[in-house]
Amino acid sequence: MINPTKSYRKTFIILLITLVFVFIVNLSLGSVYIPLKQVFLALTNGELEKDSWGSIILSVRLPKAITAIIVGSGLSISGLLMQTLFRNPLAGPFVLGISSGASLGVAILILGASFLGANITSYTFTNFGLAIAASLGAFLVLSAVMIAAQKVKNTMSILIIGLMFGSLTSAVISILAYFGSATQLQQYMFWSFGSLGNLSWKEITVLCITFLVGISCVVFIIKPLNTLLLGENYAKSLGVNVKKTRNLVLIATSLLTGVITAFSGPIAFIGLAVPHLTKLLFSTSNHKTLIPAVAISGSIIMLICDSIAQLPSSEYTLPINAITSLFGAPIIIWLLVRKRKVYY
Amino acid sequence: MKQTKEHIIKTANLSIGYTSKKQVSVIASNLTINLEAGNLVCLLGENGIGKSTLLRTLTKVQPALNGNIFIDNKNLDNLTNIELSKIMSLVLTERLPDSSLTVFELVALGRQPFTNWIGYLTNKDMEIIQMAFKKTNTSHLMNSKCYELSDGQLQKVLIARALTQDTPIIVLDEPTAHLDLHHTVNTFSLLKNLATEFNKTIIVSTHEANLALQLADELWLMSSSKFVSGKTEILIENNELEQLFNSDLICFNKVLKQFSISTSN
Repeated sequence: MINPTKSYRKTFIILLITLVFVFIVNLSLGSVYIPLKQVFLALTNGELEKDSWGSIILSVRLPKAITAIIVGSGLSISGLLMQTLFRNPLAGPFVLGISSGASLGVAILILGASFLGANITSYTFTNFGLAIAASLGAFLVLSAVMIAAQKVKNTMSILIIGLMFGSLTSAVISILAYFGSATQLQQYMFWSFGSLGNLSWKEITVLCITFLVGISCVVFIIKPLNTLLLGENYAKSLGVNVKKTRNLVLIATSLLTGVITAFSGPIAFIGLAVPHLTKLLFSTSNHKTLIPAVAISGSIIMLICDSIAQLPSSEYTLPINAITSLFGAPIIIWLLVRKRKVYY
Repeated sequence: MKQTKEHIIKTANLSIGYTSKKQVSVIASNLTINLEAGNLVCLLGENGIGKSTLLRTLTKVQPALNGNIFIDNKNLDNLTNIELSKIMSLVLTERLPDSSLTVFELVALGRQPFTNWIGYLTNKDMEIIQMAFKKTNTSHLMNSKCYELSDGQLQKVLIARALTQDTPIIVLDEPTAHLDLHHTVNTFSLLKNLATEFNKTIIVSTHEANLALQLADELWLMSSSKFVSGKTEILIENNELEQLFNSDLICFNKVLKQFSISTSN
């Protein structure tokens, strides 16, 4: 008997080609247009027409594009994990209050500094300090939501609880903001707009390592996640340790979302919208296919959003968060209006 | 045939029910079960009498209040999830969560306890899956999505999934609840066949009392006053079935071995 499960090889190849194309285009677009051929040359250490192009690509655009790929795939995978775990199509890092948790961590660090005695060295405000604060915040809020989720079985209630945690954290942030100084406020606001740029290679290395740790957790829960598609009782009867799987999902998502949010700000809608788009494209629930598919689509969409945010050939950069929302919200509305069954 | 005489499920002084912070609510106590392998067992009883609780306790979904359960001579408490998954498979009443799983993927999930960390299906796994499709006569559905199936088809596919788990015991909680007569009879004859031909021990809770009387090797009768288990003929002989339903409207006809509506008044 031949295994009739579709391998979707063709779709994967098309997606990968698209990813490479979008990646190169992303590098060539920006305040200065650099021809595609020159981008290739810069990446392969070739002779360039202008020397400045080389440094623009290697020290500005390349780190940004790599960040976009990590952010896009990391958030999309987190969204997918949440949707399967909560068996709810509207679950995602944003809706369940994880991003708000990360924001809270950052807000406490930046805005609350004056409360904690202002003698905190400027080092804590570096990206690393922010990363740790955001991850802790994300982990705390996600744990709180998970604990609450164990008490109520109704998935609708879990979503509402997640939203309530989001409101709670925003309330705390508002209070902190009210007492914060103008510079602190500005610093926080800029962080919350979201940005893929401004990361040094050292910070990208940290981002990459955390991403890899998160992803390696994910690889080991592919099998139990597929079993969880049958519901918890069937999963248990198939020998799945549901609690352990839940905890691994918790760790993986808070690592991925926490660190990504820390370095690039709370990026909206990617975690929610990309898994749905991918499921439309692949029409499968098998995580062995979905996880790589979601990672690639997430990267593609994030790169496109970043290219748009750069406003090609202009000096301005729009907040990336605005672009992802402009792209994500209509997709969710479209999915619901078309009354397509939204699967998770 | 000494092997079939072994008791595959044994209980001693079993009490079932729920514990909450405030109190312990006992649903049934002193349950004694001695079940031989290769039997089709039907669990009968009124709505809300505790059939599901009993099945949930026997399948370790919830703990027993008191007493021990021995599955295959091993104490259920000492079996891990993964060990139990190789002895007992389930078909539950709960609806499957929405997903776009194909029928093949659903049935193949039955191999989960045996596959490697990523769930790779070996040739042996594929053979077992194919056998399950054949036995349940569902091979033509293999490439459909689960949400496209009718209730009758879905029930057969769920039984196929339990079969791929390749366990000596299969427990089904009201598998025919949403099925018409045709599919109900079909499902029961499939279960009977699995018990006699493949020596599976099959435990079914059901409201199809008349079908159960015709097909089951053994009955477990649950009523508010007591629990009895035993061979169908012996229970009929001992007038146990008359006490199953606490109602004047239903009577048990010992000659026909069927329940019918009471016509005496």
